[in-house]
Amino acid sequence: MSARSLDALPARSPRTNRVLTYAVLVLFAAFYLMPIYVLLVTALKSFDEVSLDHMWALPRHFSLQSFRDAWFGNAESAIPGIGQNFRNSLLLTIPATIISSVLGSMNGYVLAKWKFPGADVVFPAILFGMFIPYQAVLIPLVATMQRLGLYGTLPGLIFVHVIYGIPITTLIFRNYYAGVPTELVEAARIDGAGILGVYRQVLFPVSLPGFIVVMIWQFTSIWNEFLFAIVLMSNPAIQPITVALNNLAGSFSVQWNIQMAGALLAAVPTLLVYIFLGRYFLRGLLAGSLKG
Amino acid sequence: MAQASQDPVVSAALRRAAARRRYWTNDRLISVGLISPSVLAIAVFVYYFIARTAYISLVRWNDLAPDFTWVGLRNYSRLFQTERFQIDVHNTIVFTLVFIVGCLAVGLLLATLLDLRVRGEAIFRTIFMFPLAISFIVTGVAWRWLESPTSGINLLFDSVGLGFLKSGWFTDPRIGILAVVLAAVWQMSGYVMAMYLAGLRGIPDEIREAARVDGANEWQIFRGILLPLLQPITLSAVIILGHISLKIFDLTKAMTGPGPGFSSDVPALFMYETTFFGSHFAQGAAIAMVLLIFVSVLIVPYLVYNTRNEVHQ
Repeated sequence: MSARSLDALPARSPRTNRVLTYAVLVLFAAFYLMPIYVLLVTALKSFDEVSLDHMWALPRHFSLQSFRDAWFGNAESAIPGIGQNFRNSLLLTIPATIISSVLGSMNGYVLAKWKFPGADVVFPAILFGMFIPYQAVLIPLVATMQRLGLYGTLPGLIFVHVIYGIPITTLIFRNYYAGVPTELVEAARIDGAGILGVYRQVLFPVSLPGFIVVMIWQFTSIWNEFLFAIVLMSNPAIQPITVALNNLAGSFSVQWNIQMAGALLAAVPTLLVYIFLGRYFLRGLLAGSLKG
Repeated sequence: MAQASQDPVVSAALRRAAARRRYWTNDRLISVGLISPSVLAIAVFVYYFIARTAYISLVRWNDLAPDFTWVGLRNYSRLFQTERFQIDVHNTIVFTLVFIVGCLAVGLLLATLLDLRVRGEAIFRTIFMFPLAISFIVTGVAWRWLESPTSGINLLFDSVGLGFLKSGWFTDPRIGILAVVLAAVWQMSGYVMAMYLAGLRGIPDEIREAARVDGANEWQIFRGILLPLLQPITLSAVIILGHISLKIFDLTKAMTGPGPGFSSDVPALFMYETTFFGSHFAQGAAIAMVLLIFVSVLIVPYLVYNTRNEVHQ
């Protein structure tokens, strides 16, 4: 009998335990799905149907008008469309993800497999960077970006995300490469491979899962990021979607079914990644928890 | 010559010289070269910038025009006498405590239930964790409507006869930040659940079986064996949740803003507004440094502890 069988629960009959367990789980499932339900149901209603009093009611007539308005905007109601911002987020997130993952792989490799002076200090010093409140670097960051001519530009924001993504990508790859047996590295070195050769022959071939985990994590983090985006991107035309959504939702003149539709549009890419690649998403989550 | 090479002092010196030459091998040079860009980047964009922010917090720059007159800790003393900041600190403490306890409780409960190998576990897991994939902004927008006083959850309460549970949520200054905690727990408790579930799965069945054979009931096993074994995870979770809650910005910005009487204001929000709208750079820097100190108190011991553990392995 499995040690974790439901029947091993205390006192009550196994059937009551089973019912209770499922009841609690279903209740929580409802709790977690509640906001998505409200978002969906409101976004699929036409404006005349949308009403505060009947927020929970299913739409009587399904309408995609809210999504259209959210994406393209609505000139007569002065609603800015966030379709452009969706594209901006793609242009931001994809390059930043790729570059920061490559950097992380390089750093993780060196930290996991090679001794160099100060390695024991360098790693925690880098990690600290992933925990700091970014408010503590914002003011000099803005000044520096202005001086570099990168303020308010997409390449500038990509640059920022690459820099501040170094700690987490390094952490994930370093832990990942630490799991590669040192004997393989030794064997390659005996065959005459140097540091770059060992990477090419031993570590790069097995790096794919590591890259998937890191890229999913970075894609999600950067797509959902808000603080850097709102501080560094003042021009609405190139703002990422998180900022655009916040503006859309904060505006009193925008109908709230359009706000909901906008929220859903902003959530779709990372949700899709999560649904289809959830296994790797989970690994990224757990990798970042350092396992104390 | 034979005598010289047998001299222990000479041969020791020869060995040391050879070791020094071998220290800076090609590989070692390349390894330093590979990691240097990142080390440099972090040195500048993290540590130098923090130092710069600290410096700005100690000067009189509270206008558009930079003013680097030294004023020592005056910005800090003024800050702690500012009512808004006092409320912010209070809100942060309340938020952090309730948020951490809430996430730990929900996460542990769900992990324990899922660990029982229920049917549809994968579906439940997927549902419990999906909020982690979406932005705090999306969460804020959704929960702002859910906690709308005339609609949302209040409507649900009415329809199932729980009307007395209705409240003004974040529009009620007495509730304020707690209304945001609910959304935050919704978003992050899946993370804690995943950590606990992984931890529970890592505990060998034999331990539980042995305890059962010894006559322990499930509750005793849970309290006496499982919980203690899960302590490292609880610690990790507290650290991670803590540092998230201390920095919380996106969620409050999208969901409530500072709220009536600053009841849902947080330091990060104050810093953003005072710096980029009020141009009070020194005050903003001071808030940022206070935030950093809060977070460091949590993170630095944890990093040191983790590093020391790894070195000993």
